[in-house]
Amino acid sequence: MFYREAGQFKTSYSADQALLPIKQDRIGLALILVTAFVLIPMFGTSFFLSSIMIPFLVFALAAVGLNILTGFAGQLSLGTGAFMGVGAYSCYKLTTYFPDVNIIILIMASGIFSALIGVVFGLPSLRIKGLYLAITTLAAQFFLEWCFNRIGWLYNDNPSGAIEVPQRLLFGVPITGPEAIPEVRYLVILTIVAVMTLLAANVLRGRIGRSWMMIRDMDIAAELMGIRPLRAKLSAFAFSSYYCGVAGALMVFCWIGSAEVETFDINHSFLILFMVIIGGLGSLTGCFMGAAFIWVLPVLIRSVPSALGIDMLAATTEHINNIVIGCLIIFFLIVEPHGLARLWQIGKEKLRNWPYPYAN
Amino acid sequence: MEFLNSIFIAPFIDMGSAPDFLLQVVWEGFVSGVLYALIALGFVLIYKASGVFNFAQGIMVVFSALALVSIHKAGAPAWLAVILTLVIMALLAVTIERVVLRKLVNQHDAILLMATIGLTLVIKGVGELVFGGEPQSMITEELGIPTGSTVWEVFDGIVIFQHIDIAAAVIALLMVAGLGVFFSVTRIGRALRAVADDHQAALSVGISLNQIWAIVWFASGVVALVTGIMWGARSDVSFALEIIALKALAVLILGGFTSIPGAIVGGLIVGIGEKLFEVYWGPLFGGGVEAWFAYVLALIFLLFRPQGLFGERIIERV
Amino acid sequence: MLGPRLRGDDSNERKICLNTINVPVYGTRCSNLEEQMSKTILSKALIPSLAAVVGLAAFAPIAQAEDTMYMPSMSYRTGPFAGGGTPFADGYADYFNMLNERDGGIGGVKIIVEECETGYNTQKGVECYEATKDKGALAYSPLSTGITLALIPKSSVDEIPVLSMGYGLSAAAQGEQFPWTFVYPTTYWNQMSSILKYIDSNGGIKGKKIGFIYLDVGYGKEPIPLLDSLSEKMGFEVAKFPVGGKEMQNQSAQWLNVRKERPDWMIMWGWGAMNPAAVKEAVRNRYPLDRFIGNWWAGSHNDLKAIGKTGKGYLAANFTGIGQEFGAVQDILKHVVEKGNSKVASADDVGNVLYNRGMFNAVVLAEAITVAQAMTGKTAITGADMRVGLENIKLDQARLKALGLENFTGDVIGDCADHEGAGSIFLQQWNGEDWERMTDLIEPMNDTVRPLLEEAAAEYVSDKPDFTSQRCR
Repeated sequence: MFYREAGQFKTSYSADQALLPIKQDRIGLALILVTAFVLIPMFGTSFFLSSIMIPFLVFALAAVGLNILTGFAGQLSLGTGAFMGVGAYSCYKLTTYFPDVNIIILIMASGIFSALIGVVFGLPSLRIKGLYLAITTLAAQFFLEWCFNRIGWLYNDNPSGAIEVPQRLLFGVPITGPEAIPEVRYLVILTIVAVMTLLAANVLRGRIGRSWMMIRDMDIAAELMGIRPLRAKLSAFAFSSYYCGVAGALMVFCWIGSAEVETFDINHSFLILFMVIIGGLGSLTGCFMGAAFIWVLPVLIRSVPSALGIDMLAATTEHINNIVIGCLIIFFLIVEPHGLARLWQIGKEKLRNWPYPYAN
Repeated sequence: MEFLNSIFIAPFIDMGSAPDFLLQVVWEGFVSGVLYALIALGFVLIYKASGVFNFAQGIMVVFSALALVSIHKAGAPAWLAVILTLVIMALLAVTIERVVLRKLVNQHDAILLMATIGLTLVIKGVGELVFGGEPQSMITEELGIPTGSTVWEVFDGIVIFQHIDIAAAVIALLMVAGLGVFFSVTRIGRALRAVADDHQAALSVGISLNQIWAIVWFASGVVALVTGIMWGARSDVSFALEIIALKALAVLILGGFTSIPGAIVGGLIVGIGEKLFEVYWGPLFGGGVEAWFAYVLALIFLLFRPQGLFGERIIERV
Repeated sequence: MLGPRLRGDDSNERKICLNTINVPVYGTRCSNLEEQMSKTILSKALIPSLAAVVGLAAFAPIAQAEDTMYMPSMSYRTGPFAGGGTPFADGYADYFNMLNERDGGIGGVKIIVEECETGYNTQKGVECYEATKDKGALAYSPLSTGITLALIPKSSVDEIPVLSMGYGLSAAAQGEQFPWTFVYPTTYWNQMSSILKYIDSNGGIKGKKIGFIYLDVGYGKEPIPLLDSLSEKMGFEVAKFPVGGKEMQNQSAQWLNVRKERPDWMIMWGWGAMNPAAVKEAVRNRYPLDRFIGNWWAGSHNDLKAIGKTGKGYLAANFTGIGQEFGAVQDILKHVVEKGNSKVASADDVGNVLYNRGMFNAVVLAEAITVAQAMTGKTAITGADMRVGLENIKLDQARLKALGLENFTGDVIGDCADHEGAGSIFLQQWNGEDWERMTDLIEPMNDTVRPLLEEAAAEYVSDKPDFTSQRCR
């Protein structure tokens, strides 16, 4: 009743193939964009912007990257953290060599390095898959971590082994470094994430994206139908790593402000994987839901005891947080293996039929 | 030229000039290999019986060892503490079977893997909540594990053997032998193999899948406890141990996911290989190569023999 | 092979029936309508309640009365370094609570200590900072070099000083370049020079080989530039043994290398689970423990208690007193621990090396508050006042005695240009059961280290043209 496409007639192919063919979806998205671009920066507190919204967007972008690889192309990866690291370190190197080039361009360019490394570590996927591939991506994770630590050139031989973000301006306003105000950083990240998500949505429904899904669903059939596994798999690795790389660069430049190896360790890879699982494999909206869930939930759990006036040890909330997230992962896998995105879809289905319980 | 020399010639000259030291390196590698193998063994047991890649094995090692130490601290004598820990591990196995595995029957591999990642978080949270995050020392003496060391004078030098390392090796061998006997002789063991072979056929001849799963998780809990005691005695029992367990994944690739001897041989290859590489070639790369050696070895190995040294199933090749 | 089949993209609204290729055991799993119903009900109930909590958390009013001061405590009681983080956080909180109980706060204003769990993780640390800075935080003590590095640039913008007590960026000792960062009482570089001085006075250092085993993160790498430059000046050789964060409990390879290199002395920059593992390995490899010196994070009771007698002889640096016999510690026992307001596991843990160090961190901050109150005439001060207080701190022996900390540590005298204080350490030795102070305070080689610190500080600032700095003279 509330969500019904009845009466919306398509009179051209382009209308039929639109990204959002249903009017309600378009209105919904417009509302979300208005909220994100106008209302949140206007009314959000500095903490809300810099500790909830900015990390949420960065993680959502990384989750989109991992979801392209794992959810759409079917290649399980545990090396997301390291690929984000490649993006961050290459952005740092680029901005030391070209301090005058606009930082946005450099952030976007740093993804290219990440994509190249991703392709190299994607090569084993041509021979193996599933759990075995997951373990080779672990090799990528640990090897790259070691490189970030051992190759002094990557962090300009900083004695602490950390990269520190210099201040960079956009139209005379600082967007990186400590002087950059959260509103500006938020808007920069939001724009990049929105544009890249739109790009991903279009790539995924196009020829390349469909070839990934064919490889995922049955590689031999895909090959018989003329999809080249080499090209499809490596392009998935490249695309995915590009997104992760940009997310990594954004994370360091627009969020934390400095990074060392631990920032990109294996736990980070797991965190992104959790987001993808909980959000839903093979769904872009799921990436955002998963990121919100995994990042915002701990913040909430942490603030619940103090809000209720209970004096609880910070560490205890941390343990409870672990337990809750773990239980939720298991719960979701049992009840709805396709994650929050699937729940959302079911919800939409219900809205369409409301007030009747069954369709038709 | 000098670079090639430092890679291909100099390390071997080093080895030849101090054979006692080489022996020591190999022995240390052997011992870590045994410990990796023990962790891998826990993975293999579960994978064999239920096709679940149990990511939680590492945290089970920490959890069981912490439980043992904490129960002992609370006043129980060592033998009682061991029994109580085994009871806890049994309860854990039954709970996991009831709450997680039974509900996820016949799901895709990756889903099951992710479920065990969730399980890892839960066990970790509960463990830290109950036992606290601080490292504990293993109750080595109370358990009757030898602690001294023996010196073997050879090649004008010495090789030091820690008694605890010898004990670890012996226990690992005994455990593998015991599991071998268990699998081939006992009723439950044969049922386990039947389940590993074909779930449905096993069901149809009246083997209870649920029961078998609980047993196998308990068995890997026991393996975890032994591993925890050994690692704990070498360093400390703390949550930092969990990360070492990831190395067992590389061991599995080498040995195959379903082979118990494979886990042992794979463990030894990784253990000895990484120590030799770190000691003789590590300085060339600035050290710390141990962190990735096992995985890169596994990666290279995968390209040539994806099913592992002793793997039964030919994995799907592309 | 992952992800749902029969599925194009999001807008494809077909009902999914998961029908995997694997032979099913209990038939195909296909969610039926009843299941879906219950899920929707669940989500309907869940979403509004979640939304309510979000609102609560994001817009909860920050309660900050005029008669309290807020002091965040960045602690870690979880993760691989919990063994070190826990006693430190206990000592830190207990001292402030003792002041509240005994004196009614500082200058009549109560201190509120709130812990935020960082898990030694930089992202979480930054989140803690963002979450607490608007509550009127007076100073941050991150207890992690990674978090300190992230906070240094932020702190000058938000005008909240960072006290990284004996850790973090060594170059931050230069007050002119780093007005908002303090490293009282000394830096890693100075500590290293003191340790080398000790070695030099025990049989000479020239021509010797020094092994340096370190945790391979920012913290462990920090003193390397100094070690390298001093090795040329003092004529010794350095062999480095990095221990990866994931290999902390698996150090046999590093110690095999130690056996190969045969260094005359070993120096360790370790933390958490790495320390006991290293001492155990040293024993196993028969390295003489009285030639093995840990830095001040590698010599606590937590590290050695488990090893006990076998660890006898191991040396470690320290700059805070050991034990309970200090007046301030007694007051904590009386006013906080005995009343059950402390988080320590047992009263015996009070007075441990790291407990006392956490307490000393609080002592320095409390003293800075006192100084700031006296200088500004305000009772409830701000972060900027706090900075002035830290800069003008004067903890000499007379003042320490008044605080109940006689012979607890060397003088800490603040100065605009010198954010490090006097910077002396002493060495302690493990006697099998407890730590014993072994040497008097060892002065660092200021004349060698200072120019290097100046150089490093200048380099840090050089690529940050807008970095806040100050003029002292």
